[in-house]
Amino acid sequence: MASLNMVKALNLALRQALTDDGDVVILGQDVGRDEGVFRVTEGLLAEFGSDRVIDTPLAEAAIVGCAVGMCLYGLKPVCEMQFSGFAYQAFHQIEGHVCRFRNRTRGRYTMPMVIRMPSGGGIRAIEHHSESREALYAHTPGLKMVMPSTPRNARALLAAAIADPDPVVFYEPKAVYRAFKEEVPDEPETLPIGKARVVAEGNDITLISFGAMMRPTIEAAEELAERHDISAELIDLLTLSPMDTETITGSIRKTGRAVIVHEGPRTCGVGAEVAARIAESALEYLEAPIRRVTCYDVHFPYFARERAFLPNAERIIHAAREAMDF
Amino acid sequence: MATERQAPVPRKPVTIAPKVEYLSVLDEHGQADQTLDPQLDDDSLLRLYRTMLLTRRVDERAINLQRQGRMGTYGPTRGQEAAHIGPAFALERDDWCVQSFRETGACLLRGWPIQNVFLFWGGYEEANVVPQGINDTPIAVPVATQLLHAAGVAWAMKLKKHPKVVLGFVGDGGTSEGDFHEALNFAAVFDLPVVFVIQNNQWAISHPRRKQTRSETLAQKALAYGFDGVQVDGNDILATYVAGREAVDKARSGGGPTLIEAVTYRLGVHTTADDPTKYRSAEEVDRWVKRDPLTRFTKYLTDKGVLNDQTIAEIDADVLEEVKRGVEAYESIGQVDPLDVFAFTYAEMPPELVSQRDEFAAALERERRSAGQ
Repeated sequence: MASLNMVKALNLALRQALTDDGDVVILGQDVGRDEGVFRVTEGLLAEFGSDRVIDTPLAEAAIVGCAVGMCLYGLKPVCEMQFSGFAYQAFHQIEGHVCRFRNRTRGRYTMPMVIRMPSGGGIRAIEHHSESREALYAHTPGLKMVMPSTPRNARALLAAAIADPDPVVFYEPKAVYRAFKEEVPDEPETLPIGKARVVAEGNDITLISFGAMMRPTIEAAEELAERHDISAELIDLLTLSPMDTETITGSIRKTGRAVIVHEGPRTCGVGAEVAARIAESALEYLEAPIRRVTCYDVHFPYFARERAFLPNAERIIHAAREAMDF
Repeated sequence: MATERQAPVPRKPVTIAPKVEYLSVLDEHGQADQTLDPQLDDDSLLRLYRTMLLTRRVDERAINLQRQGRMGTYGPTRGQEAAHIGPAFALERDDWCVQSFRETGACLLRGWPIQNVFLFWGGYEEANVVPQGINDTPIAVPVATQLLHAAGVAWAMKLKKHPKVVLGFVGDGGTSEGDFHEALNFAAVFDLPVVFVIQNNQWAISHPRRKQTRSETLAQKALAYGFDGVQVDGNDILATYVAGREAVDKARSGGGPTLIEAVTYRLGVHTTADDPTKYRSAEEVDRWVKRDPLTRFTKYLTDKGVLNDQTIAEIDADVLEEVKRGVEAYESIGQVDPLDVFAFTYAEMPPELVSQRDEFAAALERERRSAGQ
């Protein structure tokens, strides 16, 4: 066991994957010599060499497009997009090929790649560096979309993603990169992709979130218990696609109320999908309308307005209490 | 007060190492330059001839099938047979061929069953189940995106230290797409064993080559990325083969990428949904008919004694029979199961997809029953 922050935990997963599987290759901008702008790939070039950890020119489409070719020939590339907001150069390769090759060729060719991207706001970055468009990837057939929330689950999910025979878009909540440490086992550990986690049990209301928003959601749950005598069940989605409907609806059958919390814009966000599934499968258990606490349908502001803009514990508590009072 | 334009300040030329050169061996009259003729043996010559003829006959049959409603919209290769078959002939079986969608002849040369051609344009994913032992990619629709795949395959070969090569095809229109440039750049930076071949057929649907780019040649675009470009007479099977052979050998020995521009002409339509009379003249097409790759190669082989009227007729009859069997195989596919749409989305269907599949199956069953009533 070691007490690691998320950056170190991700680094551990990458190091173990590079050690255990000679077909794993890391490629991206500044991942080698500079060890990644967030240091996630620290020490990896030195340990594994430039045939395994590859610094590329500035070209996102080429990073992912070449990774497609690498998969065709049997490698398992782990691509890095420096920020999720810059992945759109690569989006056409993702939408046009990465998510389609298995289906297009009836399994003759498959795409066992991971595309890692730091996402979300909260670090006072300039425009395009605080994006949350997980819904785009969750909406794309043939992709898996994963977003961890803590060092330990980040390590376990990244290991699972690298081992997954299908392509995984792996969003890393950059606001959590160095926010706190957690005990992470030295020996290899994975979590199943497609399973949400009940972080805390409760009876009155279900709070559902993922990524960086888990922390204000947990804070809200604690205050709801201490100050308002409301017992909240906390669910961390962990995988956005394929989403774990059973865990979500199972909780709603118990509590009858839901607040969904995420950073991305509200309309057609992941929360909309969660709400639709609850309405489809657990309508008769609902005691109140499903609430979503999210960023608004506007672009993420420059960081002078960031702190006011991001969903916080107060807004989650307010929504939860409204649901309880309905 | 009018100011006259000053003469530019004198400057020195910057010499760059890469070069662009032109290659032609077999002219449109079927005469080969003796110093450049690769002196292929008769077996190779006949194989090339038969493949070009087969491609032409498959093409004609495909257009025919489309007109009869037995196949969907089709993209013909008429006139371009030499441009893509020549370079493909330079590949070993273990090398990879990455196509766009107008390299039917390269596929046939590499052993793709004829029915796969018809299956693709006939609307069946089954077309893309590349037979084991054929190291090729299926048709890539988004223009130029496949060039990054070609670079990636080459990269994996290099990382695994396999002495193999990749051929990546694109059209003149594709050279305007960003992925073309990114692929050439990565190939050069990482010294990848990939040969890029542009089938410059002069038209990107209705957009003529001269309006696609200001570059005088497409081959010279390689210079910007730091490697050599070769412009060849794309209707000259000997030149396209020689250029392909040299580039493939260079890549295999660690010499990095080459860009080959095969100057050819799209004698037919862009696809059967296109009407070229709207944007080009019959005179222009006629000029290029005179430069048909099959006509000049037939003349060359006849002059050489490799073919005569009788063997030409025999080969054609044999090819037509093969095409006929290909059509039969295509049309024997029968009913396909719509539920297949779920089967290959992931390695293992997640619960939501299982439940959607059940929903779809129930809908199909209801529709079958009500259709039966």
